Amino acid sequence: MIELNHISKAYKEGAVKALADITLCVNEGELFGLIGPDGSGKTSLFQLITTLRLADIGSASVNGLDVVKDYAAIRAIIGYMPGKFSLYQDLTVKENLTFFCSIFRTTIQASQGLINDIYVQLKPFEHRLAGQLSGGMKQKLALCCALIHKPKVLFLDEPTTGVDAVSRREFWEMLKRLNASGITIMVSTAYMDEAIQCKRIGLIQSGKLLSTDTPEGIINSFPDPLFAIRSEDIRKLLKDLRAYGKTKSCYASGEYLHATFLNDNPSEEVFALLQKLGHHSIEIKKSTPTVEDSFIQLMKS
Amino acid sequence: MNAVIKADRLTKQFGDFVAVDHISFEINPGEIFGFLGANGAGKTTAMRMLCGLSRPSSGRAEVAGFDAARYPEEIKKHIGYMSQRFSLYGDLTVAENIRFFGGVYGLGRRQIKEKSNELIARLQLQKEAGQLVRSLPLGWKQRLAFSIAILHDPKIVFLDEPTGGVDPLSRKQFWDLIYETADKGITIFVTTHYLDEAEYCDRLSIMVDGRIDVLGSPGELKAKFKVETMEDVFYLFARRAKNTE
Repeated sequence: MIELNHISKAYKEGAVKALADITLCVNEGELFGLIGPDGSGKTSLFQLITTLRLADIGSASVNGLDVVKDYAAIRAIIGYMPGKFSLYQDLTVKENLTFFCSIFRTTIQASQGLINDIYVQLKPFEHRLAGQLSGGMKQKLALCCALIHKPKVLFLDEPTTGVDAVSRREFWEMLKRLNASGITIMVSTAYMDEAIQCKRIGLIQSGKLLSTDTPEGIINSFPDPLFAIRSEDIRKLLKDLRAYGKTKSCYASGEYLHATFLNDNPSEEVFALLQKLGHHSIEIKKSTPTVEDSFIQLMKS
Repeated sequence: MNAVIKADRLTKQFGDFVAVDHISFEINPGEIFGFLGANGAGKTTAMRMLCGLSRPSSGRAEVAGFDAARYPEEIKKHIGYMSQRFSLYGDLTVAENIRFFGGVYGLGRRQIKEKSNELIARLQLQKEAGQLVRSLPLGWKQRLAFSIAILHDPKIVFLDEPTGGVDPLSRKQFWDLIYETADKGITIFVTTHYLDEAEYCDRLSIMVDGRIDVLGSPGELKAKFKVETMEDVFYLFARRAKNTE
């Protein structure tokens, strides 16, 4: 459904490299996540595929349509929700919806089935100016407007940034329902924990794709045994483990520290060492890596 | 140990709307205190009162030994503040930003120079000292902004979602810096949307509809509510909210 072939893009006459040789394929009906920190090139990539910006090198297509030659045809079949709120703040909720309907020559009724879920929640605020909505409601309105013409593909650039954990969970439920109704979705996020919600993900850093796979595939290719370790004094534990000569990496991860070691079976030796250093309630166990662990590992290699 | 932040039935009302509703807590020197809550729960309003930027409607707050209603200017001298939205001037160099903020915090010229060298060495920014802050990677910018926020050795540093959008490795390094700072006795008051970071706090509170119903160490809270992670605790409470979005 979406294809990118060796795409590169630089700004300021080549001084800022935004994207470096990106090749990527998203299948029809997929929920694909582009996972990476701010400044990694996520927005540039979205702008290229949604025909808002031209690549320096490489080609891209959506549903077989070329992003340069067939840009008008692409715009008719995609919905795009940019990272920055880009609706008309001085129009009401209803006016914004009507405006997007008229641009795409459709009506709210015609797309009812698709947006109904979200529209019901917006209905009580119909006559409020978009600029005066809360963050969560703005986001729902933007999603409604992006869906109004029943697009085949939906692009969402960091829809959950700055949103609290509860609202984030609800937003992902909404995306999954849309995806189940047949829409191909490409979504970006800087939150690593959201990766598991996607069928496949691409990890992006400094304009380069580090890896593209299912979340499970990425986790399974983590090269070392990973250990979760804790004791009563986690801050001292972090220092002590980093000072230990056979530690490869060690950092905090939730209530445990995640560590990898140079030797294969370090548990007993590490346990003895920590006991000697005065730690209490020591717990060492083998752990399954998270997407975050994989990202950190790929960044270093 | 004398608390560095004492809130006693601290309240802020805007017309009929009670944004912060009688919150009470005490925070100790060198403690890492997590201040959690859903969007719209009242965290920012509470934090503004503690920083001396907004006058309480009722109740009291004492920060770094000063009453927030009577001596807001004294409070500002003894705290540091960093947020993701406002941190540094992108069109000044690393060294210029340090000098500028040093001046704002009232440090003398020699002191600024000493602190500046120390900071640049600790963050290993020797090569980048003359570069515009704009050109630094986000993770470096955040660590620099944090280090500048504690340039004047404040008693407390307020961090408002300091790690949003940062890559995971930089996020870990940022927390290393927080630990180091807390070990020196500076109190850390931090808000975050990353619930794994809640686990790194010594104690934390969850704000719901302007009130603080939950306060304790991550271990205590998980045991009390019989759940596995702080995310579960957060979900349990934040979804009861009426005011949130």
